[in-house]
Amino acid sequence: MDIIIIGLLLGATYALMAMGLQLQYGVARIMNLANGEMLIAGAFGTFWFYTASNASPFYALIGVIPLAFAVNWAIYRVLIVPLVRRARNQGQLEVDCILATFGLSFILVGILLAVFGGEYLSYSYLARPIFILGEPYGLNRVAAFIGSLVLCLGLYLWLHRTRPGLALRAVSVNPAAAGLVSINVTRASALAFALGGAVTAAGGVLLSMFLTFDASLGVVFTLKALIIVILGGVSDIRGAILAAFILGLAETTVASLVDPGLTLAAAYLLFMAILLVRPEGLLGRRSS
Amino acid sequence: MTSEAQAAAPVPVTKSTGHRLGITGREWRNLAIAAVLFALAAVVPLVGSGYVQSIAISIAIYTALATSWMLFSGPTNYISLATAAFFGSGMYIVAGGLDLAPYPVLVLLAGVAGALFAAVVGLATLRISGVYFVIFSLGLAELVRQIITWLQHVLGTMSGLYVYVDRSEEMFFWQLLALTAVVYLVGWWIGRSRLGFALRIIGNDELVAVHCGINTARAKVILFVISSTFAAIAGALVAPRWSYVEPTIAFSPFLSFQVVIMALLGGVHRLWGPLLGVIPFTLLWELISANFPAQTTLLLGAAFLLIVYFIPNGVVGLIEDALRQRGEWLKSLRLLLVRRSRDA
Repeated sequence: MDIIIIGLLLGATYALMAMGLQLQYGVARIMNLANGEMLIAGAFGTFWFYTASNASPFYALIGVIPLAFAVNWAIYRVLIVPLVRRARNQGQLEVDCILATFGLSFILVGILLAVFGGEYLSYSYLARPIFILGEPYGLNRVAAFIGSLVLCLGLYLWLHRTRPGLALRAVSVNPAAAGLVSINVTRASALAFALGGAVTAAGGVLLSMFLTFDASLGVVFTLKALIIVILGGVSDIRGAILAAFILGLAETTVASLVDPGLTLAAAYLLFMAILLVRPEGLLGRRSS
Repeated sequence: MTSEAQAAAPVPVTKSTGHRLGITGREWRNLAIAAVLFALAAVVPLVGSGYVQSIAISIAIYTALATSWMLFSGPTNYISLATAAFFGSGMYIVAGGLDLAPYPVLVLLAGVAGALFAAVVGLATLRISGVYFVIFSLGLAELVRQIITWLQHVLGTMSGLYVYVDRSEEMFFWQLLALTAVVYLVGWWIGRSRLGFALRIIGNDELVAVHCGINTARAKVILFVISSTFAAIAGALVAPRWSYVEPTIAFSPFLSFQVVIMALLGGVHRLWGPLLGVIPFTLLWELISANFPAQTTLLLGAAFLLIVYFIPNGVVGLIEDALRQRGEWLKSLRLLLVRRSRDA
């Protein structure tokens, strides 16, 4: 029972993180291998904020989200747009993006190492037990869960109930056709990329409440987010949310029944299964 | 489909061209040049100091790794970020098996294990679009590291292993040089085989390749297996030189990163391209790690971006552009002279 609850608590944060990547990969069509580093940067920022001010890490969101939005907007404008212009076809763009963001991830790790050093960091916030169905759980996990759910819901409503959200979804379905109905595709893509980065960094803020992290952990989260997005089907945000909970459950199961050091193996197992059985994802549409 | 699919099979050159090898005079010349260069390289550790020897060994390691990386990722445009996974596995097979089997057997075993491992990964990911492969390769080293750490935990062995094999520095270099030579020979052979031709079509347009009747999945998996086998063998050869092997060292993400950056710097469309990236980058890396040991990650990332943005075709691309321009310049000069003489 506690495996299921911890898995669900973890899944909500994963969902947030995967929604960030979904915006970048599904809408802006940029395979961002530096996504996990953005998450870790959010976590580091929160650590710094919390140890300096001792205020609730939730307040860190107020600073981290706009900052990450601005940074990712700049990354898209400065680094990605030249690649989009240079690319002769989608395949070339994909290769260039993978290489550029791979390099970017090392730069971000380098900056984090230079600023914070290479140690494992964690801070103690709301480290009190809370009882759910008679079992104790960390209150910080529950707080992060609620925070993630609120942000996920907000993002979902924004995407499905507002005009900018509609524009983003249109671009994700077909960029060329979206241009025909007078959507500024470049702007929408930049917005999606920046928003995706901001959401990912917010995921990092929430994750830092209950997780020990260091500068080199980013790649693991990039991988998890990618696996979730593929598992859910690239085109559907609901699939990503479902997949995030599946991954959360799978990891918690492996961690508590086999070994906590094997969580990545659990993620890979899911990845293998989806590749072999349903490459288009749980809720994805099979392309011709 | 079946008869056409066999077109992608690596038919030996001797058979496909009838009764002769079909090596042209130009190719004989290039082979001879390569042999002379290798002979010259083999002398380096005998005349150089200890420092030169250690740099020569680094260059040999990275040339073998970057060239074998390029064998697969160059023509197909499938970026593999998993070199460290195979390199580390090869290393661990030597480190873990030294009490059980003689060293040369372990090196062979590392190659076989690397091939099998790559086959499994390739069969799972290379049959569908390229992005899955990149993602899978991104975390592969970390995955193997976790599994080995867990196995060591379960078996109760120490996480660090000592590897004692008696080898001189010269011997290390010659072993790696021999491996590099094999990589080059195999690469050269693939380049002129039907398999290489199939891969170039896949790299240009996979859909076209499928329509030509190429069994694309099979061609990609074969090449990935060849490329990864070399990485595993390189790991096995290097293990005794490091003498102490630990999961975090053996599966460092840095290695995969360096291999990609060096190959890109050199250029991935010529067999000798990666070498032109390895030599300057190894020297640069020596400089960086000696002067800015705390900022290596940052500087490496920056160097990577500079290469991706400003030298997309590598040093080879720059050289070929320069040659082409020189050729055009000479041509226009000749035209001008001809016209002058006619006028006069």
